[in-house]
Amino acid sequence: MHEYAVTRSIVKIVAAEAEKAGARKVTRIHLVIGDLSTIVDDSVRMYFPMIAAGTVAEEAELVFKRVKAEFYCKHCRRNFVKPAHGFECPVCGGLGTPTDVGKEFYVESIEIE
Amino acid sequence: MKIKVMENILSANDQLAEANREDFARRHITAVNVMASPGAGKTSVIMELMHRLAGDVPFSVVEGDIASSIDAEKIEAMGVPVLQINTGGGCHLDANMIREAVRELQPPDHSVLFIENVGNLICPSAFDLGETVRMVIASVPEGHDKPYKYVSMFEAADVVILNKIDLKPYIRFDTDSFVRGVRALNEKAPLFEVSCSTGEGFPELTAWLKNQVG
Repeated sequence: MHEYAVTRSIVKIVAAEAEKAGARKVTRIHLVIGDLSTIVDDSVRMYFPMIAAGTVAEEAELVFKRVKAEFYCKHCRRNFVKPAHGFECPVCGGLGTPTDVGKEFYVESIEIE
Repeated sequence: MKIKVMENILSANDQLAEANREDFARRHITAVNVMASPGAGKTSVIMELMHRLAGDVPFSVVEGDIASSIDAEKIEAMGVPVLQINTGGGCHLDANMIREAVRELQPPDHSVLFIENVGNLICPSAFDLGETVRMVIASVPEGHDKPYKYVSMFEAADVVILNKIDLKPYIRFDTDSFVRGVRALNEKAPLFEVSCSTGEGFPELTAWLKNQVG
């Protein structure tokens, strides 16, 4: 819901990295976004051309890698993908606890020329 | 050419939040970030806590709201220092807003600073403010499914409050399901069931909060 602020941060991070590398232009931005991070890809895509205009990243393509949220089952001692309803382990039915998988929210890499 | 970046998108906010956290700790300010959906009773809970803490510890309030000053006026009428932040449509407070608000409000050392976040169970969970206590309020009329829908909010809470429990006789609210959801996400946070109308649960909650004050 706060994609405007998020998109600004993305452009800022990418512009700083591109400058460090002496890039003429950024062609691709790879983002890793967990399903629990509350960010909608389409909304970032909508803001991006506005915010990136006039920067080294203005023609960059955005590539999203989405990560599904995983919970941990103490009984089965393994992670499982959080079902649509509830937090129950699909194997034993026990209650899972949250893990860090699904909270990713970072710029993984950029491609430059 | 491909360059590895691996930088958290909200790192700028997180760095400012860390600076806030150090300032609060140094000055022994207990900053309470109050988060809930609209209408859960954030302002009412803060006001009830202030009534009960009056005389024991000084407090001030930062009110986050999209555009109005309705809540800030209520706090001001109590004679409590309050600063209104209008986010202009923004869905959350961020660490920079709090940094500037604290500079302006100048809360005294050894005090409680209540920060009423924007009414929203999603976005505020992603923005660390550098707070001391993350207080999450749910209320009976919202339904018992809130922890199952807003995982990040309940997972990160330091204290969970279930408000409006005087309405339980009139509403099909499954307390067991609510508690089970909260506990799956968060084993540690104490859970208080309260009512701002009857005062039930507030002696316990107030005692807990007093214990957090440094």
